Amino acid sequence: MFDQQLANGIFLGAVYALFAVGYTLIFGVLDILNLAHSAIFMASSFVALALVGHGMPFWAAFLAATAFGGVLSVVLDRVAFAPLRARGVGGGALGPLISSIAFGIIVVSVVRGIFGPDEVGYPAGAVVSANLHIGHATFTAIDLSVLVISLLMMIMLSLLLKATSLGRAIRAVAENTKAASLLGIDVERTIGLTFLIAGALGAAAGILIGAQFNAVGILMGQRIELKGLAVIILGGMGSIPGAVLGGFLLGLLEVFSVAYLSSSYRDAIAFAVMFLILIVRPAGLLGKRAARTA
Amino acid sequence: MEWLVHFYALHSKLIDQVGINAIFALSLSLTLQAGHLALANAAFGGIAAYVASLLSLSRGWPLSVTTLIGAAAAAAVGVVIGLPVTRLRGVFLAIATIGFGEIALIVENNLSITGGAEGLSQIPNETTTWKIYLVLAVLAFFFWRLRRTRAGWAIAAVREDEYAAASFGIDPARVKFWTFVGSAAIAGIAGSLYAHENFFIAPGDWGFSRMIDILVYCVIGGAASPWGAMLGAAIISLLPEVFRFLHDYRDIVNGIVLLAVVIFAPQGIAGLWSRDRRGRKAATTAAAEGQG
Repeated sequence: MFDQQLANGIFLGAVYALFAVGYTLIFGVLDILNLAHSAIFMASSFVALALVGHGMPFWAAFLAATAFGGVLSVVLDRVAFAPLRARGVGGGALGPLISSIAFGIIVVSVVRGIFGPDEVGYPAGAVVSANLHIGHATFTAIDLSVLVISLLMMIMLSLLLKATSLGRAIRAVAENTKAASLLGIDVERTIGLTFLIAGALGAAAGILIGAQFNAVGILMGQRIELKGLAVIILGGMGSIPGAVLGGFLLGLLEVFSVAYLSSSYRDAIAFAVMFLILIVRPAGLLGKRAARTA
Repeated sequence: MEWLVHFYALHSKLIDQVGINAIFALSLSLTLQAGHLALANAAFGGIAAYVASLLSLSRGWPLSVTTLIGAAAAAAVGVVIGLPVTRLRGVFLAIATIGFGEIALIVENNLSITGGAEGLSQIPNETTTWKIYLVLAVLAFFFWRLRRTRAGWAIAAVREDEYAAASFGIDPARVKFWTFVGSAAIAGIAGSLYAHENFFIAPGDWGFSRMIDILVYCVIGGAASPWGAMLGAAIISLLPEVFRFLHDYRDIVNGIVLLAVVIFAPQGIAGLWSRDRRGRKAATTAAAEGQG
């Protein structure tokens, strides 16, 4: 029982983490709470499903839909955030929050128009999945590949941020946009690439969760949006390692609370933890940001 | 006159909804006027709706009494929640209040007294159009008078510049706290009116998407203006009716209008109006509202 719950918690946590990493990356760089991230997550999941439906193998559909999510995220930036940036509206203001909500509404309603409001699954045999056993835990090959792909993507991201010139540019823009621009960094290009990466990560999370539960629906974005918020608060807003830690912690917390307490309050755990962290330690477990005025 | 009677008979439900949404918009506008973004109005509306409906169902008390008790209950919860959260800055306050809203929803979904996921039904249909618009008129008058009072100046001062306000002896934390509690009470009134208009309430009525709707009313109209908030509520409540022919794509209009307002008219519709009257400078100084 314990082994199984542990495995379930880790698999759930991996997807939470992957979703939250893209979410928190945007916040860390631009100070923007990007509420359209979940719409990109959901739309990309539908794109992967449609590609598989047209006969594409799952791995190819995964790559194509991940790229789609990245591009959609760049479009989001150009349409919803860049005009506000150009006018000097900073992060933390109401404007970018609202324009991301607006972009999310547009994406969701287009997806609903194309694919309809119902939850759909992958065609039989499209996502092959054998049962595996470790200790007393049973899980599917899909569960395991979700974990492996999530970990790989998160490792790639931290390497990119640490060891490449793009990573240095992203960190410089996050620290201080004006100073970065004085140092000769192309700020707009860096921000665009940040959105590309964040969108691709969110898209990958959406595609993987869709395949794992064999269910892709219009509401999946809404469901993870607020959970993702809890994850990045838990880890510390803007902190990538924090989002990874927060994702796994929340996954484990939820699974164990269902197993040993009660299932009806499962979703309350995330928000109770988030609320408490905000009041007791608003910077989160690994964050440094001052969240209070006084 | 006859077409008016006819129009009302045809659209009374919609007219009621516009009024209730306008009250919700006013409730959010109170916190936005003080320059902070708290997103729990839908949850406070829900709390009051449940309290008021349960009193109507079990005691049979009249709407005015149940609504006042419901609003008082929402304000009391607002005090408890507001004490810790109104110290948070900008986006953290928004997130904390979203979290509170979700917890309230889950509790309503699991308690037996609230009817769980099925909610409450057979709530007496006591809300009438004139009652809604009477409440709206009283609140609009209150907001209009508020601007000229000491409290109103304090609220505006905190919005424009917290530190400058503090140097004039205004306590920004107190202003934020009391606007939060007042906002909860007004949202409570709207929630109770909604419950007694709708015959039926469920936890899903008070979720994040409703909160977003309320936020959209205020942004479209003009974030810090009570008139704009009411106007925004009317426009957004009526848009889906106008664009009924778009069917599944209907929401897209909301998204596009919202995006266009944020990008091209950041002061909302009220801002366009006041820019003509007071000149561009006044409009740009108010541009900082919503800033943590």
